[in-house]
Amino acid sequence: MQRRVFIRDGALALVTLGLSPSFLRRTAFGAGLTSGVARGKTLICLFQRGAADALNVVVPHAEQAYYAMRPNISIPRPGSRAGISAIDLDGFFGLHPSLSPLQPLWKRGMLAPIHAVGSPSATRSHFDAQDYMESGTPDVKGTSSGWLNRYLAAQGTCAECDTRQASPFRAVSMTQQTPRIMEGPEPAIAMSSLDSFQIRATGSEVQRLEALYRTGSADLVHGAANEMFDAVKMLRDADPQRYAPENGAEYPRSQFGQRLRQIAQLIKAGVGLEVAFADVGGWDTHVNQGGAQGQLANRLDDFARAIAALVTDLGERMGDVVIMTMSEFGRMARENGSGGTDHGHAGSMFVIGGNVKGGKVLGRWPGLEREQLFEERDLALTTDFRSVFSEVARIQRFRGRLARRVVAKTGMAA
Amino acid sequence: MALAALAGCSAPRSIVQGPVRSGPLGSVESRELTADQQVAHALNRLAFGPRPGDLARIRAMGVDKWINEQLDPAQIDDRHASSLIASAFPALEKDAASLMREYPLPNLVQAQARRDGDGMSREDSLRLRDAARASQRIVTELQSAKIARAVASERQLEEVLVDFWENHFSVFIGKNQPMRYYMVSYGRDAIRPHALGKFRELLGAVAKSPAMLVYLDNWQSMADSGRPRLDSRMGPAARRRMAVVQQQRRMRGLNENYARELLELHTLGVDGGYTQQDVIEVARALTGWSLRAPQAGGGFVFRAEMHDAGAKVVLGHRLPAGRGLEDGEDVLDIVSRHPATAHHIALKLARRLVSDSPPAELVDRAAATFRNTDGDIRETVRTIVSSPEFWSTEAWRAKVKSPFETVVSAMRALGAAPDTTPRTAMVVAYLGQPVYGHQAPNGWPETGNEWINTGAILNRINFGLAAAAGRIPGTRIASLPGFAELRTASREAQVDAVGRMLFAGDMSVDTRNVLLRGENPLASGAAEGAASEKADEPPPMMMAEGVPAQRGMAGRAMMLRRPPQLSGLEQIVGLALGAPEFQRR
Repeated sequence: MQRRVFIRDGALALVTLGLSPSFLRRTAFGAGLTSGVARGKTLICLFQRGAADALNVVVPHAEQAYYAMRPNISIPRPGSRAGISAIDLDGFFGLHPSLSPLQPLWKRGMLAPIHAVGSPSATRSHFDAQDYMESGTPDVKGTSSGWLNRYLAAQGTCAECDTRQASPFRAVSMTQQTPRIMEGPEPAIAMSSLDSFQIRATGSEVQRLEALYRTGSADLVHGAANEMFDAVKMLRDADPQRYAPENGAEYPRSQFGQRLRQIAQLIKAGVGLEVAFADVGGWDTHVNQGGAQGQLANRLDDFARAIAALVTDLGERMGDVVIMTMSEFGRMARENGSGGTDHGHAGSMFVIGGNVKGGKVLGRWPGLEREQLFEERDLALTTDFRSVFSEVARIQRFRGRLARRVVAKTGMAA
Repeated sequence: MALAALAGCSAPRSIVQGPVRSGPLGSVESRELTADQQVAHALNRLAFGPRPGDLARIRAMGVDKWINEQLDPAQIDDRHASSLIASAFPALEKDAASLMREYPLPNLVQAQARRDGDGMSREDSLRLRDAARASQRIVTELQSAKIARAVASERQLEEVLVDFWENHFSVFIGKNQPMRYYMVSYGRDAIRPHALGKFRELLGAVAKSPAMLVYLDNWQSMADSGRPRLDSRMGPAARRRMAVVQQQRRMRGLNENYARELLELHTLGVDGGYTQQDVIEVARALTGWSLRAPQAGGGFVFRAEMHDAGAKVVLGHRLPAGRGLEDGEDVLDIVSRHPATAHHIALKLARRLVSDSPPAELVDRAAATFRNTDGDIRETVRTIVSSPEFWSTEAWRAKVKSPFETVVSAMRALGAAPDTTPRTAMVVAYLGQPVYGHQAPNGWPETGNEWINTGAILNRINFGLAAAAGRIPGTRIASLPGFAELRTASREAQVDAVGRMLFAGDMSVDTRNVLLRGENPLASGAAEGAASEKADEPPPMMMAEGVPAQRGMAGRAMMLRRPPQLSGLEQIVGLALGAPEFQRR
């Protein structure tokens, strides 16, 4: 296994190092909370499951080879016509036209695309690659915890909070099951929607159920149940039913859009959310993926509008929030015989936040000539995804030493 | 086999075989649990909880006699459950090759469509969709059958141990599409026949199972270039295959995944005293343990052309150069008879059967039995269940139920017929334990602190309410024996009857008072209006293309509809299923 290039910790200079000034205490909705969690920082990870076609997401429109290898599905060079050509970023790269909702973030310097990034593992299996990206340990199967869980464990909760009294909503995955990335000893809640987090009973039965556990017993089951009853009340007080997005944000009605909307609700409710996760499928475009329009364009449209709405909705709070997108690998540089793309190697990521030093496409571009491709077919990897995780973890929470421990259980090559 | 030459690897054959043993297990006087508790305890640990009537029946026959029977499942008539499962889940009787023919892989259908023309026609898309549905059916049959057996089988201890070993040798059904075909044979042919047998035979069956070979990639592992090969054994056909293999980029050399987990998880344990070099040597010994026709359901094959024929040293044992399949067999002999393995397996069994932190002396005794019987699982279990520690008050309700155990024990307690639809499996997934859906090779947690947290307890309480409302297929509280008469009985009589059914009569004063009076002395008014009366919007059925084992949407829909309006007996059962006592076993 050849590990190509490791960007050393910090070399990406992705994020400015200034800490957010505002550690405002939230009181209005925190009444049911025993520990008084301060308003802290939130890391939002969004996983595009199925391997998004990075070359059509962040388009290298200045590469002749790109157009040569993709006669039917390439994104036209910028300037031809709005809506069907790439949105130029820096004269070399452009965004897929469906990503236009993200263009304002780029202009404000909040969006940092990273190219030729991914896992050094050569696997082209969705399962293995997702597993490695979520465990944070490429080519090591046995890692039992996900790196977001280790992120939580590495330094308790926010600086001024007591770990033992951490909010039950520190880590929330807007998914049916706890995803691999959040598995591990630190408690995490998985829920498909906020309104699923309630006891399905009438008021008097809820009281009885609560009484079953409010007995003074101090064991594991009683402790978790008491915390749960508090959490349910906390969420009820935050009143997610009546939530109205701010700043004119309009979330798509898709499942992904609604899940991001609920992440914003949790952040604004001040329930102590530190890590949020959501995923979205539909990226495995082997057949008829389309170009500026079509299958992939539709996925990107939903993806970009949901993220843009989240950023708009959070407004100034984005100073305490970092959004990171990822996908298990990229796709072949050449289109296949079915108007699609097969499994490839390196991909792209977006990092978005008020403290992100964006407005620049990060990562060394390896080129698309035959000899520059990985195994003569895929975009080569120049940035290990773990160095991006480290960088993001560092700005959100830790010193570098701890961040390295988070992403590299078995030790990352220096 | 060079087995005899391996120092330290010879152990006496088991002397304990043949007829069912009867009589007391260990010292009956030393048991701290009452006679009633002993029956309930045995049913909660060596079975998936009592069904209506079980407590009285086993009390009458004697708990030790029941355990002795369970230790010899072949003697137990289980035709009822077997025929039920055979008729409800027809795919599970077939071998992988015929499954792949009858339920073709969706990606093969897709590839066919590609060969046929320029793109996907509408007919191709429909064919693809039908193929995906058909092959998905194998997954749901596997999941539902596991639950159905746990609910209905008379061979309860065997089911408990099958579950234990499937988790010990955990394989993820969503790793790729072929995995579902291999999983049918995995539980049926590799695990179940050896669940109470010899550990070495179990380990060997797992090592050669297509499911494990694919899951941990050993089927692709081959000697690094420059290593000696078994040229003399290679015919022209093998040489041609070798050339093809070398051209396939995915097979680029040694893959340590299986070797590492074999040592760390399956045998010696993480602190078992092996080195990274041992992992490499084991991986080298296992090169060539591969699959015949992986896309067509073929079984284990040893491929000499992939094997590293050099000499190896594994955990201090020297394996000479120039050998083939025997290298791997010797490795399995060495690791299965290593003292660290005896301890690791004894600890895990005691953790499943006794408590999260079982007493060290008990583990030592069980490990001694394991060593002295050449890894006889039945005898190791017998040592554990004969011990005073097993029957101690400390062990009583010391284990937190997994979601699987929670659902199965509730269905058994409520006298539910096994569910032949996928719905119960979706509920188990919703509670956080999709059957065959654990991604990492370490399996589901075996300790309570990893199962119980804020979200988990909420889902369990909601499950209890849904079950009491009759939403879990097969649960009909109204038709439970004796419940018709209870309808008109006093609340006290009702509460005590439910307490006998769900808690074996051992219910805390607090719980009884809550069930009895329905008053909340500590939190009165606190939760008023806490629950919404609003019906849930149906979840958007825009399914992310996740792994098939993790689709819990229908489970969600079932659990989260309008709050059930429970009254009388159903209300008592709903509250009791959500009580702390029922979360433990």
